[in-house]
Amino acid sequence: MADTRAALPGDLHWYDLPDDEADDSADEGAQDDARPPAARRRWLPAWLRRAGVNTVAVLLLLAAWEILPRTGVVDPVFVPPLSDDLAAWWDLLVTGSLPEHLGASLGRSLAGFGLAVVLAIPLGLLIGWYRPVADLLTPLLELFRNTSAVALLPVFTLILGIGEPAKVSFVLYACSWPILLNTISGVKTVEPLLVKSARSMGLGPFRLFQKVILPAAVPAIFTGVRLAGATSILVLLFAEMVGAKAGLGYLILDTQSSFRIPDMYAGIITISVLGLLLNLLLVAAERRFSTWRTT
Amino acid sequence: MTEIGIRNVTKTFHVRDAAEPFTALSGVDLDVRAGEFLALVGPSGCGKSTLLDLVAGLTPPTSGQILTDGDPVTGPGLDRGVVFQQYALFPWRTAQANVEFGLEAKAVPRRERAARAREHLALVGLNGFEDRYPHELSGGMRQRVAIARSLAFDPDVLLMDEPFAALDAQTRESLQEELVRVWQHTGKTVIFITHGIDEAVYLGQRVAVMTSRPGRIKEVVEVAFDSREGDLRADPAFGEYRHHIWTLLRDEVAAAQVQEREVAISHG
Repeated sequence: MADTRAALPGDLHWYDLPDDEADDSADEGAQDDARPPAARRRWLPAWLRRAGVNTVAVLLLLAAWEILPRTGVVDPVFVPPLSDDLAAWWDLLVTGSLPEHLGASLGRSLAGFGLAVVLAIPLGLLIGWYRPVADLLTPLLELFRNTSAVALLPVFTLILGIGEPAKVSFVLYACSWPILLNTISGVKTVEPLLVKSARSMGLGPFRLFQKVILPAAVPAIFTGVRLAGATSILVLLFAEMVGAKAGLGYLILDTQSSFRIPDMYAGIITISVLGLLLNLLLVAAERRFSTWRTT
Repeated sequence: MTEIGIRNVTKTFHVRDAAEPFTALSGVDLDVRAGEFLALVGPSGCGKSTLLDLVAGLTPPTSGQILTDGDPVTGPGLDRGVVFQQYALFPWRTAQANVEFGLEAKAVPRRERAARAREHLALVGLNGFEDRYPHELSGGMRQRVAIARSLAFDPDVLLMDEPFAALDAQTRESLQEELVRVWQHTGKTVIFITHGIDEAVYLGQRVAVMTSRPGRIKEVVEVAFDSREGDLRADPAFGEYRHHIWTLLRDEVAAAQVQEREVAISHG
């Protein structure tokens, strides 16, 4: 596309530009627009520009977090400057209390998440593959997936108490939905022509499942797993705020009620970095397993 | 080499919300000789692909019989290989692994699989592309992989459902040439569905013309050239065959269009 336009500059109109190029020209001089887009782009490698654009908003937020409390625009008692929060974070780390809370949270998250992976994938494959099972369970699945897991937390504590089993099974429950639903849809949306092609080569139901349905569903399954990863941290935090003696959720709520505000922000920073890292890890895993997907 | 007998075959489908079943094929009789290249043309919606599915054993006929070497077809099998218009390659497998797919189904030992896959990729001119994924290949290359896959497990019969329809004209012509070469080299029985009259005349030893729905065989035209050397399409005989088949098809295409309009009106 860009090449054709470069060859015929007279034919270039602003309304021919795709949106991303329109964005590019916004932060550059107006005179640059006269040049064909292909030439205009070369002054910085694309990935570097991307990295710059991607971090600028975060850096602005961090700067505001530091400056606004210091200048008194926001009350430093409720929003201490970033440097104070980071100092508090360091203290918590050194005294060993942060690792303890982090460890407790991670253990519960990973246990619930891991169990969900182990249980929901086979269940989803089963539901997606056997039509009668799908017909039977679909209404039930619709009902539960539209009920917030958080709404059911009191039920979990009622039945399982406030100990570890309640929290792990709560995470397990919440993580199961994205995995289950994505697995089912992955199995159900396998390109029918591929199934037909495999059948024409004489594959029976079992080999068909093993050699066509399962590999075709892997990307969808991994999307579910990635979503479940994010869910595992989100819902665990909530569970820890309701009843716990350790964990990041407990730390955040406890420091807030005892007015150790920098410590509270230290907990929040930890949780957001943790969520980010987990997501990055799972995105990488997802890519690894779906390299063949062209989209 | 295998001969195929299609004896008085009828295929009807039950359509939801329709009182009468939909008749796709009605009383089709056709004999394909062993080692023959038969091209099958017909207006769109005449049941060409349905007929191919029946021969492939993917669906059973409502009545009548499909025979391969005198034995009734009871289901799909590796004695028949199907090549689809949309390639139907497994996107998570490389070209090599796609070709090996049929060999796995045939339980060929692993080492032999790799060798045979490479050999068949070379046969369709794709040496050096073994490790490419389908999305890294052009449409023409993908169809070559699909053809290699169907040839690799060595079926007696090759069933091709408009395999070159989605390709550009140049790629199509070069693949047609290669297909003729491969067919001469392997001696397989080929049924080749197309809606292109030129393609049918170029490829087929015989061209079977189907009627509009419900599909039957209207006429089978013998196509023979004194020589296939040079530009076959410029041969006066080519033009005569082409015109003859065009005349046979013209009325059927008109009838098919009337049908389509009627369906559209009754649904609207």
